[in-house]
Amino acid sequence: MSNFVKGTTLATNEWNLLRYPVVAEPEQKQAGKTVIFKVTGTEAATPETIAAFALPAGKIIVPLKVWLARRDELAPRLAAGELGVWFESFELIEDLVERVEDINVFPVIAWDFVRFADGRGFSSAALLRQRYGYRNELRAIGDVLRDQLFFMRRCGFDAYELRADRSVEEALTGFKDFSEPYQASVHIDQPVWRRHAR
Amino acid sequence: MYRYDAYDQRLVDERVAQFRDQTRRYLAGQLSEDEFRPLRLQNGLYIQRHAPMLRIAVPYGLLSSRQLRKLADITRRYDRGYGHFSTRQNLQLNWPKLEDVPDILAELASVEMHAIQTSGNCIRNITTDQFAGVTPDEVVDPRPIAEILRQWSTFHPEFALLPRKFKIAVNGNHEDRAVVRVHDIGLEFLRNAAGEVGVKVWAGGGLGRTPIIGEVVSEWIDWQHVITYCEAILRVYNRHGRRDNSFKARIKILVKALGIEEFRRQVEAEFAHTKGGSMTLTQAELDRVAAHFTPHPYATLPDTDASFEAARAADPAFAAWTKRCVHPHRVPGYRAVTLSLKPTGIAPGDATAEQMEIVANLADAHSFGELRISHEQNLILADVPLAKLHEVWKTARAAGMATPNIGLLTDMICCPGGDFCSLANAKSIPIAQSIQERFDNLDYLFDLGEIELNISGCMNSCGHHHVGHIGILGVDKDGSEWYQISLGGSQGNDTRLAQVIGRSFAAGDVADVIEKIIGVFVEQREGDERFIDVVRRIGLDPFKHRVYGTPAKKEAAHV
Repeated sequence: MSNFVKGTTLATNEWNLLRYPVVAEPEQKQAGKTVIFKVTGTEAATPETIAAFALPAGKIIVPLKVWLARRDELAPRLAAGELGVWFESFELIEDLVERVEDINVFPVIAWDFVRFADGRGFSSAALLRQRYGYRNELRAIGDVLRDQLFFMRRCGFDAYELRADRSVEEALTGFKDFSEPYQASVHIDQPVWRRHAR
Repeated sequence: MYRYDAYDQRLVDERVAQFRDQTRRYLAGQLSEDEFRPLRLQNGLYIQRHAPMLRIAVPYGLLSSRQLRKLADITRRYDRGYGHFSTRQNLQLNWPKLEDVPDILAELASVEMHAIQTSGNCIRNITTDQFAGVTPDEVVDPRPIAEILRQWSTFHPEFALLPRKFKIAVNGNHEDRAVVRVHDIGLEFLRNAAGEVGVKVWAGGGLGRTPIIGEVVSEWIDWQHVITYCEAILRVYNRHGRRDNSFKARIKILVKALGIEEFRRQVEAEFAHTKGGSMTLTQAELDRVAAHFTPHPYATLPDTDASFEAARAADPAFAAWTKRCVHPHRVPGYRAVTLSLKPTGIAPGDATAEQMEIVANLADAHSFGELRISHEQNLILADVPLAKLHEVWKTARAAGMATPNIGLLTDMICCPGGDFCSLANAKSIPIAQSIQERFDNLDYLFDLGEIELNISGCMNSCGHHHVGHIGILGVDKDGSEWYQISLGGSQGNDTRLAQVIGRSFAAGDVADVIEKIIGVFVEQREGDERFIDVVRRIGLDPFKHRVYGTPAKKEAAHV
């Protein structure tokens, strides 16, 4: 069963999300706890991994670093409208925005929530929409859960690959958690005091 | 005070429904422990030693009598008939049941209250001066802006899951009672020569494991831009703050790592894009909120009262109380009153349901139905006529809330500590009690003058020990509880961090050590010199020598 939501309804996912091959990384510890969230600016993969990254036919969403390193090779795929890019939670959207003339050449950009509690994707989404004028699909991937959907949508996400072990139908109610938020964001871009005579 | 309109009410009602459903899913096994944790924390719910702890928001420390009665009612029905007022001007319940919390939140919503964002990695309760709006010479009443910031920060989608907790304090007075320099963002509202209102912005302050005094990010931002400027700071932090190590995740670590110049450059670069955007405050919105904080219908009174003077002359205990617990007011004939929650033998900041109801009645009878909570964990009646002070005192004294110790050694700031808190390394309440018992002579306390003693049960520093004139920190050594003493900290305009005097002590020795420290102070004091001024003048060495018994050659030479 599909776990993909476009807008606020169930949809068919036409894109093949390509992740890095899983390599066992040595456990890193900080202050006695396993490091889950990498520091912003960490390198996502080695040059060898990027060079060896397989690119099957069809609509694919590739890691940012793969596109950056192999953009000439991927240019025809982009021109054909079958290439999207995804970000690790510790990457910077500027690394993509500053290397393309028009961010809207990408039909889809995705942001990986390595854990739902990593809020970097919220600021990145808001910037992509508000500052860099991105209008196409902005997809949340990874640890995407119902209780963060409301915030994700408000920050500019409009597509969600919900975690496979959860009920998508139930999760859809998460978009309706609050009806009149106070502050401006991407979705609902005026604060309540500008939307209504209070 | 601020009253909810339909939009405010709907949001808190929807929050109750959301948390009811989240609790149901958690109890049904549909949400894992890890998934539920941030959801419950952002509703103030911790899992503690004995039971969950629920932290109820008291925005900028302001309560109505109706709300306080509801809190009393909640402590009776869902807890053990008392609550603990915290240094973030909130109220903590130590014994609620997890499955009751949605009902408690619904009770709170019925009186325009909530527990939203009182914990978790998000923007926490906005705090301010407990005398806001009534203190003489106030520059700007910070309450309207504190309410505007409360609304802005409530469910802010972009800053819902920050690297770590984020605390904002607002001050509008020459004298800083809101401790803005030890907050993630500190805001001081001020006026320029033309009378225009602006805000000075500090960032990167905080106590905790790595205490740091904040640095000025901007000397002046026009008030209209206060939200967009805060958003710029938060955006830089949310993207670049460290998430790999929770001990290094506060904004203060980022500010230190970047340096204030580079941090400011990044904030200003962000602000350049958002300045003038839709979150720019309007005069209309400020006026709408400020209309809730217009002055009470004060009577026109002389600034003296014969009955008050007579009572003061006749009753030394009342006179003592007026010295410590009565504060100036901008309106002639009125005073602000602090009701001490620091009597000997009671955990600092604790109040029973009966006490809450008595204070609610006092507020209704003599203080326009409102009260405040100070970050020093006392209750404030902000608008009492002079002629009613004696009556207020009698009632408060009968209820155990008129200890005349405000600002004195026994008016300690103290966290719940190891008796309740699962984070604590050591108990703090018994330490506070041992000191209170040692210094139970009020005349002696009066003579000692102003001494701020702050106790934290662990390095998270909820008891603000870093900024106490005397700070006590509970530490864990090989599984037993020890206490580290520091001296020379201060809050306010001259915020400074205390210095540790040396190796730590067992619980049973702490009161002795404090007595020795006070002994040095008494010997070295010149005239009415304050404790902190003596520490600054003579340094730590004389105190160390007395406490640790190492004779000082330097001192011997003086003799």
